[in-house]
Amino acid sequence: MKNLIKEFLKGIIKENPTFVLALGLCPTLAVSISVINGIGMGIAATFVLVGSNLIISLIKNFVPDRIRIPCFIVVIATFVTITELTMKAYFPPLNRALGIYVPLIVVNCIVLGRAEAFASKNNVIRSLFDGIGMGIGFTLALILISSIREFLGAGKILGLTVIKGFQPAFAIGMPSGALLVIGLLLGFFNLIKKENK
Amino acid sequence: MRNKLLVTTSPHIHTDESTARIMWMVIISLIPAGIAGIFIFGRDALWTIFLGIISALIAEGILQLLTKRKVTVLDGSAVLTGLLLSYNLPANVPFWIPIIGSFFAIAVGKQVFGGLGQNIFNPALVGRAFLVASWPKYLTTFPKPLSYDAVTSATPLAILKESKIVEHISYLDLFLGKKGGCIGEVCIAALLLGALFLLLRGYISWHIPVSFIVTTGMLTYIFGADGLFSGDWLFHILSGGLILGAFFMATDYVTSPLTKKGHIIFGIGCGLITAVIRLWGGYPEGVSFSILMMNAATPLIDRYTKSRIYGTKTRISNEKSN
Repeated sequence: MKNLIKEFLKGIIKENPTFVLALGLCPTLAVSISVINGIGMGIAATFVLVGSNLIISLIKNFVPDRIRIPCFIVVIATFVTITELTMKAYFPPLNRALGIYVPLIVVNCIVLGRAEAFASKNNVIRSLFDGIGMGIGFTLALILISSIREFLGAGKILGLTVIKGFQPAFAIGMPSGALLVIGLLLGFFNLIKKENK
Repeated sequence: MRNKLLVTTSPHIHTDESTARIMWMVIISLIPAGIAGIFIFGRDALWTIFLGIISALIAEGILQLLTKRKVTVLDGSAVLTGLLLSYNLPANVPFWIPIIGSFFAIAVGKQVFGGLGQNIFNPALVGRAFLVASWPKYLTTFPKPLSYDAVTSATPLAILKESKIVEHISYLDLFLGKKGGCIGEVCIAALLLGALFLLLRGYISWHIPVSFIVTTGMLTYIFGADGLFSGDWLFHILSGGLILGAFFMATDYVTSPLTKKGHIIFGIGCGLITAVIRLWGGYPEGVSFSILMMNAATPLIDRYTKSRIYGTKTRISNEKSN
């Protein structure tokens, strides 16, 4: 049990996919313009991660080593299709806002990375906890980045104006601002890690 | 007697020149342009310059304390960054614009890279680029020269961009600074005075400014009007931030190439990008963006223009040995 909690927690802080492993930066840069987009992307990726980790750890013994990556991709694509169709049916505005980045979860480095590095080597329960932990870690990172960007770049959080008369800095809302915010946060977390050693 | 025998390693000849001294000399050379700006735009200009410098100093001090580095606020580099940043702002900006710009310039433009000498981009221009992208409406309305009240006017380059015809503004007015623009860029006469001082004292070489200005002039002459070879090149040289950029910002030691050949390539690149942005780009003025882009190319230029190391045959064998 203790081990499982460790697998779950490592994805949130110690091996956070965005800030420590630096994986999945492409969707992070693209969707972190507002908090609601960040949450939507995080939940979608978490669902795919948990599902693909589960199935891949189940089938790992039947899949020939040489064609494992195509097999993983098929599994991941299945879950992404489920996510996309669900989102289209029940959350059309969110689907419009995320656009191409929902189908692109198929090639998200976090999902494939966990499948290759973890789920194909570990048992089902551990893979499940790893998937949940990584998913939550990714979602939290997205929420952090997108709240900073939405606040500085548009003066709002979750679409609500926070301070009246605040003049938002458009640059933070642009792609260059995403690179800037992520870079500074990465540096900040590295600093904390260094000082804790 | 024994103490008189000193054995030291080379270099044996040195001057009392130091980074701090050069920085202060550049600041002194910029003073005439500042005085002209204050005379043209009134008290607002002085206030903006003051806020820019003070907040650059504070930002430098705070960040050096936080990162536990040696505090070197008095070496003049932070003052110069703040000064150049505020020279690149319209005089009537809200008070927080120079403050945020200076903080951003020092923090993101300089200290994240490790301080003076480590930065890739000219810090003052990083600050300005951030301000232009973030609050375009404050950075593109300029006070009317010599009116000292809230009347705004466009820069000659913006008028040219909008209507494709140059309003009747004489070259003398452009030269002396009776035009809309940023605080430090309007008075060409004062800028040239400072530049002359720097050139004569040998703090900057002529290569970057001359190749920068000549390239911009030539390209705007060739392509500036509807027919070829009929553009108003003198207008393009005398308006906008070309003189300020070419003499005081493109020549920044840290972010420009090391060799003379590299200087020429750097200047031509700056001039090319400036002319392209002015003639075909979305912004009326391109000097600051051109310098930033060429800053990014500086390591590459240095790589291809480095001088042959004594004893090596060709550049190729020299690179292999690296």
